[in-house]
Amino acid sequence: MRPQTRWLTLSACGAVLLCGGAVRVVAQEAHVDRLTGRAAAGKPLYTRYCAGCHGDEGDSRGENTQWIDPKPRDFTLATFKCRSTPSGTLPTDQDLYNSVTRGFVTTNMPPWVALTPHNRIDLVAYIKTFSARWSTAKPGTPIAIPPEPAPTVQGILHGRELFQRLECWKCHGAAGHGDGPSAKTLTDNKDDPIRPYDFQTGTRFMCGTTNQDLYRIFMTGLDGSPMPSFADQLQPAQAWDLVHFLRTLQPLKTPEATIWRAWFTTHGRELKPIGQEGGGQ
Amino acid sequence: MVKRFLKAAAPLATLVCAAMTPDRGSMPAKSYTAAYAALTSRIPAFARKYGLRCSACHTAWPELSAFGQRFKDNGYQLGNDRDSPIWQNNAYWPIAMRTTPQYRVENTTNQVTVASPGGKTITQAGFDLSGVDFLLLGTLYKDITFGLVPTLDADGTTGLEAAFVRFDNLGNSPWANLKVGKFELDNLLSEKRFTWLSSNGGFLYAYHYLPVGSANNFGFGDNQIGAEFSGHSINSYTRYSVALLTGDDGEPGLPGGKSVDAMFTASRAFAIGSGLGPQRVGVFGYLGHRPTVFDSSGGAPIPGTGSANKSFVRFGATAQLWVGNLEIIPLVSHASDDAALGPGADKPAWNTALLEAHYVATPRLLVQGRYEVMRMSKQGDPAIPSTQGNADAFALGVRAYPFMFSRDGMALHAEFAMTKTIGTAPLSGDGSGVDPATPTTVVWSRSLLLAFDFAF
Repeated sequence: MRPQTRWLTLSACGAVLLCGGAVRVVAQEAHVDRLTGRAAAGKPLYTRYCAGCHGDEGDSRGENTQWIDPKPRDFTLATFKCRSTPSGTLPTDQDLYNSVTRGFVTTNMPPWVALTPHNRIDLVAYIKTFSARWSTAKPGTPIAIPPEPAPTVQGILHGRELFQRLECWKCHGAAGHGDGPSAKTLTDNKDDPIRPYDFQTGTRFMCGTTNQDLYRIFMTGLDGSPMPSFADQLQPAQAWDLVHFLRTLQPLKTPEATIWRAWFTTHGRELKPIGQEGGGQ
Repeated sequence: MVKRFLKAAAPLATLVCAAMTPDRGSMPAKSYTAAYAALTSRIPAFARKYGLRCSACHTAWPELSAFGQRFKDNGYQLGNDRDSPIWQNNAYWPIAMRTTPQYRVENTTNQVTVASPGGKTITQAGFDLSGVDFLLLGTLYKDITFGLVPTLDADGTTGLEAAFVRFDNLGNSPWANLKVGKFELDNLLSEKRFTWLSSNGGFLYAYHYLPVGSANNFGFGDNQIGAEFSGHSINSYTRYSVALLTGDDGEPGLPGGKSVDAMFTASRAFAIGSGLGPQRVGVFGYLGHRPTVFDSSGGAPIPGTGSANKSFVRFGATAQLWVGNLEIIPLVSHASDDAALGPGADKPAWNTALLEAHYVATPRLLVQGRYEVMRMSKQGDPAIPSTQGNADAFALGVRAYPFMFSRDGMALHAEFAMTKTIGTAPLSGDGSGVDPATPTTVVWSRSLLLAFDFAF
């Protein structure tokens, strides 16, 4: 090899290593608002708070994993349920930060809201070191959520029809109790059994509490679970109708539930049942 | 060297007082033995229930972390809609047990004995036990919490350290919670979650000291019987509690009067810095009464009939500050009793200041130190020397946790603690347990403790 060629080759290798290193450095950090999280600071926090379930290597093989249902997230796969980004993409740092803060209802993952924001963003930075995907790909662009229209009976009825047509009931059940005919057969991306969300559970969804959160859930999907994204099948107005219908399945005094119950008392018999034989309208 | 340390720290002492000599018999100080000191809470049953390591709720168990504080404030619930016992495996039982086999050496100077009425140094040493705490705490239903802590002391006596029911999140608000029964006061610096176990280190003078000749029996560190209304923000950074308590210092059977004591605490934490926890500051206050007259029958007082109540107050401020993994806990307090509860015509008053530091090197290694100073600002009787009752306490310790997971916990505990009291026996009760020969005699009491502290 001629000296000049060798020099160019070495330079190219150096550039590649440098870029790789830079990407790696980026992956060692996380940013939310003015906070910068650092993986080095997050590591001891991870050991303290997270490793018992998620494992020291982030592979969901902590000592408690065998007793936990559903199983904790495997960070080495870099697949996350709660995202603001399209299905199949990496979540933003804010998404991970929100997940750590909020926890996951009906699972063993508690809300870590008592930790300082600095501790939480350090944890996010460390979680991102478990998969090389964070070095090779960027987080997706958060989906746009259009303004929410006011709930109406017509919209809720349309949402109910969508619930039937998109076969949401197959997993979530006709009344949203998580007891549809497919519910017992569902598995996650690691072939572990997983249950669909039960809307009777209470005030919180898996990825938030607001109507916007609910909209985001079925427009991005819960990656790693059987819950797909409906972004290609629903227009925003339809998605809002579905949101308003889903709110009526909760045991809460929501505006949607108030509208729905008032209408249902007089028109309920006109409805076809939801399900295999039903028409949803 | 230790004396030099205490001498150097003496300027921290607050006040001085009047003079003189005691012509009234001074009561033996209330003793808090190592067995008492071990009555702290750390509850592997919760770790088993929720599958979290001890280190999630404890900076170094049994001390609560910010996450653990929120968990406790929320009624020992994570808030994931799986807190009710119906979601638990049928085999789960919310119980944990804790004990501390130990070797300890106690050395106390100027102890009055039959053979040495002028005082001598007594050294006591040997293997010992702390007794056993049975920690039963959990939820009866979502947002209904219970606590039951029977104790078995090493000498075979039993007790009931805590027994309460708590209604959580009333009206779905974390700001409204009601607890009724016997429970620990809402002390930010908790003696029940202490990382100190030795005879001289396992209590605070700020929480237990009573002046010479006092008829009062109150101790901040003692669990009390009553009702507590408390609340907190979602992350428990803002907290408050108010409590009404029977004036019996936690003794069942209504041995006191009909009036109730009142306690108030408030604290606020700030997410400042990148330390292991938020920076918290808090205040507390207690207004109590003790009866001075009882109806009696056959010469024995009738329980619950006390009257002619006389008041006492305690108030102070404390903080929990983090610099990286270093935790700094200062506490200052003031106390005074009505003259009728003391030995003379004056109201005794005293002040306490302490500084405690924990270096949480890892979740499995804690190095800690504490210095506390207590000074009488006014004696109940001018005949009592102004310095009688003054105390300095110093402690240094290391706790190492060989493992950290969600089934049980164990710590290798080493601690050295030392107190200097003037004219009174140390609160530890070490030595002969009685006051020295003169009211100006200095008593040094030292504890060395090596222990296996475990809970399952």
